[in-house]
Amino acid sequence: MFDSLTERLSGVLDRLRSGGRITEKDLDRALREIRLALLEADVSFKVVRQFLATVREKALGEEVLKSLTPGQAVVRIVRDELVQLLGGDGATRPLAVASRPPSVYMLVGLQGSGKTTTAGKLGRWLKARGRHPLIAPVDLARPAAVLQAIQVAKTAGVAAYEHDGTGTPVERAREAVRHARERGFDVVLLDTAGRLHVDDALMDELEQLVAAVEPVEVLYVADAMTGQDAVTSAGAFRERVPLTGVILTKLDGDARGGAALSVAAVTGVPVRFAGVGEKVDAIEPFDPSRMAGRILGMGDVLGLIEKAEEAFDREEAERLEKAVRRRQFTLEDFRTTLRQLRKMGPLEQVLGMIPGVKLPEDAEVDTRQIARMEAIINSMTAEERRNHRILNGSRRKRIARGSGTSVQEVNRLLKQFLDMQKMMKKLGGAPGKNRLRRLLGR
Amino acid sequence: MLGRLRDTIRNGLRKTRESLRERIGTILPAGSGGREVDAAMLDELEEALVLADLGAELAMELRDGLEEKVLGKKVSGPDELARMLEEELLALLPPPFPEVRPESGPRVTLLVGVNGSGKTTTTGKLAARWAREGKKVVVAAADTFRAAAVEQLVVWGERAGARVIRARHGADPAAVAFDAAKAAAASGADELLVDTAGRLHNKKPLMDELAKISRSVSKTIPGAPHDTLLVLDGTTGRNAILQAREFARVTPVTGLVLTKLDGTARGGVAIAIGRELGLPVRYVGMGEGEGDLLDFDAREYVRGLLEPAGGAA
Repeated sequence: MFDSLTERLSGVLDRLRSGGRITEKDLDRALREIRLALLEADVSFKVVRQFLATVREKALGEEVLKSLTPGQAVVRIVRDELVQLLGGDGATRPLAVASRPPSVYMLVGLQGSGKTTTAGKLGRWLKARGRHPLIAPVDLARPAAVLQAIQVAKTAGVAAYEHDGTGTPVERAREAVRHARERGFDVVLLDTAGRLHVDDALMDELEQLVAAVEPVEVLYVADAMTGQDAVTSAGAFRERVPLTGVILTKLDGDARGGAALSVAAVTGVPVRFAGVGEKVDAIEPFDPSRMAGRILGMGDVLGLIEKAEEAFDREEAERLEKAVRRRQFTLEDFRTTLRQLRKMGPLEQVLGMIPGVKLPEDAEVDTRQIARMEAIINSMTAEERRNHRILNGSRRKRIARGSGTSVQEVNRLLKQFLDMQKMMKKLGGAPGKNRLRRLLGR
Repeated sequence: MLGRLRDTIRNGLRKTRESLRERIGTILPAGSGGREVDAAMLDELEEALVLADLGAELAMELRDGLEEKVLGKKVSGPDELARMLEEELLALLPPPFPEVRPESGPRVTLLVGVNGSGKTTTTGKLAARWAREGKKVVVAAADTFRAAAVEQLVVWGERAGARVIRARHGADPAAVAFDAAKAAAASGADELLVDTAGRLHNKKPLMDELAKISRSVSKTIPGAPHDTLLVLDGTTGRNAILQAREFARVTPVTGLVLTKLDGTARGGVAIAIGRELGLPVRYVGMGEGEGDLLDFDAREYVRGLLEPAGGAA
């Protein structure tokens, strides 16, 4: 349903390279593709507009137009900007600690965003790190919400401040803090009522809670599947309560999660944690660069591009490309490809970066195997490498002996080579496709 | 009922900016005798559609369709342009499936959806609504996974005067549904509502479990479930399409419930779902009160879409 952005951009930009430099107009066409990709990932319309203005400026400043691979250069800028907006590459800031315990962490958010579940997970996470958290349910509006929080706490192995759900949220919150102080809990996780952001009564309640218990962290819990409304709701919460961070939930689904970007942009606070499953331990510190890749729908293609660019000898790559274009892909070229793949690191890791590629559980492709394949080719004569057709039985036996492998392995390599050659011939006939994809045989 | 829906939407929007119509109005001043529709005007329409979560591709498509019809032509005013778009959108919404009513025994409605979309609340509201209409309602609390989901439903059941069939936390949900189907049939109930645990549609074991629940009610009551409602959080973006596709794959989904529409979210993704999967919207959830589940009214909904969503603030 969604094309990968790299593919789209390369289609727009890299094709133009042979005709000389690309123009600003070409860049704008590429930016339109990015706009579409971001909108389809549910990034807010307004955030997209601002974001693209920044990217455009950077792209012009960084001489993307002169780049050999402008498509990839633009993708890199997009990715870097995304990561920046999502909180940067550095380690996420640890949760604040109050000078006088307990530290109150308040969870706020819309109905069904996952506040109670998050309270349980966060409580367990903190406990595993030597803290003594107390979950305090103050959602007195929804039926059985207090009971739910108590049960969640129990499952998570975290203490809860139990009460019967009567009184007011402020009273209950104050009691919970007092209770924590008396019993030696150093963190109170305040699980507040979720409602819609247009609900003034809820916002008043949250304001009163903030004033009453002075939380050191106010964490906005946001559903990763949210659409365009994400900015409106996050903005409404930000106006009334001093948010210090975002927790993104339901990231174990298959949503692109553009809401992460919208919420981060609107609140101006970093995403701190991600909820990644139904189990009580399914929470982890948020990783901006992984999220950037996810929003763009490119697996970690960006990481792949980087690795490829680090490893690929440009001259060799260009020679290889010419060979493909001439439709003369030889064992010599095959060896070059193997060498470059080997330089990129463990193959599973490389393949895992390609979107849509699912490795079998027992994936055996490792660098050692590539080394063996290379050894087989090394044991051939130059003539054999240029013309594989002369490889008869006795030659194969000699090569097996020379490379310390077996004839079977030599045969398998030749089969792999022939498959690859076939594919290269096809690709050679279709100019204009992404060079990298061609090299990787995808 | 319609007036109420309109009021609720309007109230929710009281503080938000001018409506799209008004925005078109500034481009097309009344009494100016009509002006040619230009690209800027169409851009605004497209923006409104994106903000309503219809998706960028569909929004562009609609814009292009409209452009072909009106570009360079005079339209009499902002209303005409909005009306044309309204008709285009209405045409994309599939009509509801014909109601299936069993000749004897209870009619069974299964509620499915992802976590936090509002299944339990919707189940409670439907129970209250049907009980008010004088029907005998039984509710199966088959969400045995989420903490306190059963208790939440019991509160709703007491309010509504509906019997709630429950089992202990962690019990097999298909068994709960089966028992409830037997109880409903034996007690001569008119309606059986089966609330299920929220599950993300990309988790195969959980989706298989749902198929099993669906099958288990049909063992006691042939033809059941007569209705399978997919409950969608109205604030959900593009992912709702994937949700609908996967849920419809494992259960016979007959319609959608759009919840949480009393905020600024427009739930425009239902248009995309209607077009791609042919699934109609049946109910709209507007709040927390018992009466806040309304029959879906396509025209009201489409007008709501064209009100500005908050993103333009």
